[in-house]
Amino acid sequence: MINFGFSINKPRTIDIDRNNLRKSNEIMHEMPELQTCIGCGTCTATCTAGNLTEFNFRKVHTLVRRGEYQGAYVEMNKCMLCGKCRLLCPRGINTRGVVMLIKRKLGDF
Amino acid sequence: MKHVIIIGGGIAGMQCACTLADRGIAATIIEKEADLGGKIRSWHVLFPTFTSADEVLSAARRRLAQAENVTIRTGCEATKLTPKRVTLSTGEELECDAVVIATGFTLFDARLKEEYGYGIYDNVVTSADLEHMFNKGEVRLSSGQAPRRIALLHCVGSRDEKVCQRHCSKVCCVTGVKQAIELKKMFPTADVFNFYMDIRMFGPGYEEMYREAQLAHNVHFVRGRISEVSPTIDNRLQIKAEDTLTGRPLKMGIDMLVLLVGMRSNDWNTSLEAECGLKCQPSGFMQPKDSFLGNVESNVEGIFYAGTVTAPKNIGESINEGTAAALAAAEWISK
Repeated sequence: MINFGFSINKPRTIDIDRNNLRKSNEIMHEMPELQTCIGCGTCTATCTAGNLTEFNFRKVHTLVRRGEYQGAYVEMNKCMLCGKCRLLCPRGINTRGVVMLIKRKLGDF
Repeated sequence: MKHVIIIGGGIAGMQCACTLADRGIAATIIEKEADLGGKIRSWHVLFPTFTSADEVLSAARRRLAQAENVTIRTGCEATKLTPKRVTLSTGEELECDAVVIATGFTLFDARLKEEYGYGIYDNVVTSADLEHMFNKGEVRLSSGQAPRRIALLHCVGSRDEKVCQRHCSKVCCVTGVKQAIELKKMFPTADVFNFYMDIRMFGPGYEEMYREAQLAHNVHFVRGRISEVSPTIDNRLQIKAEDTLTGRPLKMGIDMLVLLVGMRSNDWNTSLEAECGLKCQPSGFMQPKDSFLGNVESNVEGIFYAGTVTAPKNIGESINEGTAAALAAAEWISK
């Protein structure tokens, strides 16, 4: 192949048509309460890991729900399971359970 | 002469009595407070027109004063009721032909959200407290100084599983925007930030007022719920939230925090369910007979609802329901 000296960026778009939602559906099925997230960010605001690293619980689980699994396991490993987010979540979501579930389901991503 | 007892003398109950009087039906208002008017008595100006609450209430009072066959019983509560008889806290029993329940709502107690520090730190106030301050014409910090930076937090005691208030209180969003504008008018150099999860501008002129707040008053809107409030060494408050639109945690020092407290159902509603055969919704508000065709009727014939006893509503909607309940009661009596 001729090297033209430039390349094309991978699209950033979340392509729902291409993403395989099977794992995402499994996660939602095991923990339907995750669907009730209104994205208020209270979990992330109080998160110690999130204040010191790029870790953003809200973003990671939302991406997982859209079928974007790449890096989710590694990200969730930053969670120290302190549970402050669970105390504050207005939807009463078992956020620590979500971390454990995503790690269990997406260990190979 | 036919006679309807209205329980609750807020704006819905007052409107209901006037409409009944117009139709030649006697009405008795049972009000637990010493004065009629309900919650509106505490408000300053009303969204989205900034009409004085007093102006609306005075008009209702004038109409009521001119109405014939309206009896007002203040300072007493109804303890038991059937469509034909209401028992008062004084032990007295009143006969009637129908009952309208217009008992309204209870303001959420912000102390339950301990992480926001209401009742713990100075300068954390509720939206209701702020209305009192506006009415007195003076908004001041506990030090006596004027606030330079103010944050308003939406959804306090609404949409919150942790305090068993799952419902949306509907009017806090627009109240928050209205109060932000009032604060900016009072303190043009202050920074005002609204922390919201969703902005629900459901009524005519509300969205326009929201735009006005951004455009003309430079009110800042941050999409994120405050997670905690703590005092700082210089006697200010520090708030933490996630700025969800940038995906980064945010912190900020402020002088004053306003909690936009929601509407919750009255405790009395559970006894209405237990003793009068009426139905409550899971939110605790009373269940109307039908959400489309019977909004002001209850599941018991001869008992009607008006205003926020069935769900959070704004003042215009409550007044309309006062009329609707009166007409429904009049029709039922004539059968």
